[in-house]
Amino acid sequence: MKKSVIIAGVGGQGVITAANILARASLKAGHNVVTSELHGMAQRGGNVECNVRIGNVYSPMVRRESVEAIISFEPLEALRNLHKVKRDGVVLTDVNPIIPPLISLGIGDYPPVEKIFEEIEEHCTLIKINADELARKAGSILTKNIVMLGAFHALGIFPIEEETLLETIRESFHERYAEANAMAFKLGKEAIESVGDMH
Amino acid sequence: MELLGEGKKVLLGNEAIARGALEADVDVATTYPGTPSSEIADSLSAVARKMGEKGEAPFYFQYSVNEKVALEFAAAASHAGLRALTCMKHVGVNVASDALMTYAYIGCRGGHVIVTADDPSCHSSQNEQDNRYYARFASLPMLEPSSPQEAKEMTIEAFEISEKLELPVLLRTTTRISHARGVVELKPLKMTSKKGKFEKGGLTVTVPEVARKLHPMLLEKMERARELSNGSRFNFIEDFGGEDGIIASGAAYNYAREAVDDMGLKCRIFKIGMSYPLPEKKIIDFLKECRRVIILEELEPIMEREIREIAQRNDIGVEIYGKGFGKLERYYEYTPDIVYATLAEFFNLEWKYEGDVREAAPRPPVLCPGCPHRATYYAVKKVAPKDTIYPTDIGCYTLGLLPPYKTADFLLCMGSSIGSGCGFAYSTEQKVVAFIGDSTFYHAGLPALVNAVHHNHNFVVVILDNFTTAMTGHQPHPGTLLDGMGYEAVPMDIEKVVRGIGVKHVEVVDPRNLQETMEAMRRAMDFEGLSVVISRAPCILLKSKTKKEREIYQINQEKCRKCDVCITRFACPAFYHDEGGNVRINEALCTGCGVCPQICPFDAIEVKK
Ligand SMILES: Cc1ncc(C[n+]2csc(CCOP(=O)(O)OP(=O)(O)O)c2C)c(N)n1
Ligand code: SF4
Ligand code: SF4
Repeated sequence: MKKSVIIAGVGGQGVITAANILARASLKAGHNVVTSELHGMAQRGGNVECNVRIGNVYSPMVRRESVEAIISFEPLEALRNLHKVKRDGVVLTDVNPIIPPLISLGIGDYPPVEKIFEEIEEHCTLIKINADELARKAGSILTKNIVMLGAFHALGIFPIEEETLLETIRESFHERYAEANAMAFKLGKEAIESVGDMH
Repeated sequence: MELLGEGKKVLLGNEAIARGALEADVDVATTYPGTPSSEIADSLSAVARKMGEKGEAPFYFQYSVNEKVALEFAAAASHAGLRALTCMKHVGVNVASDALMTYAYIGCRGGHVIVTADDPSCHSSQNEQDNRYYARFASLPMLEPSSPQEAKEMTIEAFEISEKLELPVLLRTTTRISHARGVVELKPLKMTSKKGKFEKGGLTVTVPEVARKLHPMLLEKMERARELSNGSRFNFIEDFGGEDGIIASGAAYNYAREAVDDMGLKCRIFKIGMSYPLPEKKIIDFLKECRRVIILEELEPIMEREIREIAQRNDIGVEIYGKGFGKLERYYEYTPDIVYATLAEFFNLEWKYEGDVREAAPRPPVLCPGCPHRATYYAVKKVAPKDTIYPTDIGCYTLGLLPPYKTADFLLCMGSSIGSGCGFAYSTEQKVVAFIGDSTFYHAGLPALVNAVHHNHNFVVVILDNFTTAMTGHQPHPGTLLDGMGYEAVPMDIEKVVRGIGVKHVEVVDPRNLQETMEAMRRAMDFEGLSVVISRAPCILLKSKTKKEREIYQINQEKCRKCDVCITRFACPAFYHDEGGNVRINEALCTGCGVCPQICPFDAIEVKK
């Protein structure tokens, strides 16, 4: 068995934390796991990508068209990584664009979000959720990464029990965020269940 | 704390190295931070602080002023019989190299592991130099892990090799090892606190006569290292049939190993973990048993050349493939796509290689909302003539390179802003304003400033004092109140230092006051001779850690005339255009630094009530 997912987003969105939680939960669930992440220059509002791979894996890096899913916290970041997801894979993305500051200066270009979604759909299955909204509903925009994990879990791609993942989330934050995180996870999960059984 | 746990844990490669040092009962750890090495030292700093709270920390930890001092400190600890770890990024070894080259001659006593974290593809570095050359250059053994588990085991083994040979040992990682996470099996911690004793009378003063004695002794030690390499469990062969061979190290091994599974390759893999000296005997046997061999190593063809030489000297007719074959280049890191496509060619398989990046609008890192560097740059640009030369330095402020500031024209390495500033001031009639961060100033700016004072070079040095080493993760530096163990330290006062070495025109400003900063800059630029402006305000990320309640700013749409100065000239990332083309401030991003109201010509930016 070999399963890989890319978690992508913008510096400050909690991408690395999400990858870390997924990795630790994978180990708890009895899987071998490797991840990769980019630190440093990548943090100050730049794009951030983490790979999480479980099973019979050695490489923290992934190939073109080799991963089961992308969990993207932002539409453009899904597009940036699209070539790495399998044709029968899934892109799970939040719908709220974050325009890079240089584009506000008239440098570069942010494609229309609809175009981004079209391109993804030409490549593989696309699932959109408004994770910002769900995170706010759960109590704080900071729970966005947990919303995304809840949604990803509902896709059933990584064989991890829900309770194992929830427990790892609880261990990763101060007690006072436990409730908001539990809610965020649930809202993310329900968002997928309402889309129907896709996978 | 994951790092102090037991059983199996998911650890970052860098954390695994720190854990390895703790399991090996390290006594002294020193560093100067630098991506991708920083988390090794940062983890040890965190452990030292945590255990320090409950009494004595079982080892001493130091963020030294630079890599050279970090290495010298640890070398002395080793000569007192203690175990020492020194970590740095690849270019840090350049700074430490003066010490390193001669340290190899005198060798060590307590085990000393020196970590060099290389950065193929320059993810966060000014070059992608291959530090495996340092093992050859200095004549020191080198180990190269491929996974966090190996990183931990090799750290422990490196201490042992070091003590056996009485030589410091280099542990080389790359970004994809340092910043990979993997499952690591933790063994019991042995953390005892001790002092050593320096035994006088050894060959430890390298006057020429002594150095001449030491050099052959070093070469003899390296012959013993070669024997250790032949017997090392980190140099192993995996047999998947066939008569072709792959020799691989570091990250390239991971890609090759997985390719063997995915592509069903029939071959033998020789994984090289102790990479200097190469395990010559084992390699000879391996080459003899292979018809063709391909060598997978990132960056320079170092193993390749040495293996070709071994084949030639031993008259082995094996075909050797390496750089230039398939997709193998001497620049940038390897990727699984590169390695799979290359192996497909080597094994004559159909394969489509389409590269591994996809064009999408770039999202480069930018200065944070509320970053004091932005205010400094804005003020300087307001008063400096257009053709002013801006030699810059390394830190968050290097991002001044980007529009709209473009306050970065020349950069070599840490400290180069002031050294090259001297050169530009002499060589041109243009104004020169050099930028350097506080941590960088202590690290390598001081000697250059002494040079500028002594020769009375006519330019401005702006020291961006944000109270921290921000770029690499907010480590303390000689100007901070606490050291890396959380103990009280003696904070250096940059102003006093600068005045003390004889700079005549010195001003200290708070960049968040733009008017004051512009005036100070004007005076500094008008001054005939060397002037220093210390632009002092905390990194906003430090501040938001302490200050909970913050005022947030908003645009008064009635006053805003859409001149866009805030977006195009000041460019705080909190500003954006909404669908209607109105300028707005993203509340989630605004830090309330209060600088932007000063730049709006129509007073349209105000505190949100
Ligand atoms: C020789 C060397 N060591 C370490 C580094 C890594 N590094 C890059 S910037 C930096 C320090 C930045 O601190 P500072 O000058 O205070 O600027 P800030 O990021 O706080 O703005 C370090 C340590 C390097 N590039 N070269
Ligand atoms: S981390 Fe600090 S110094 Fe670096 S860009 Fe952000 S505010 Fe500026
Ligand atoms: S106050 Fe203005 S400059 Fe400061 S962070 Fe907020 S929007 Fe940016």
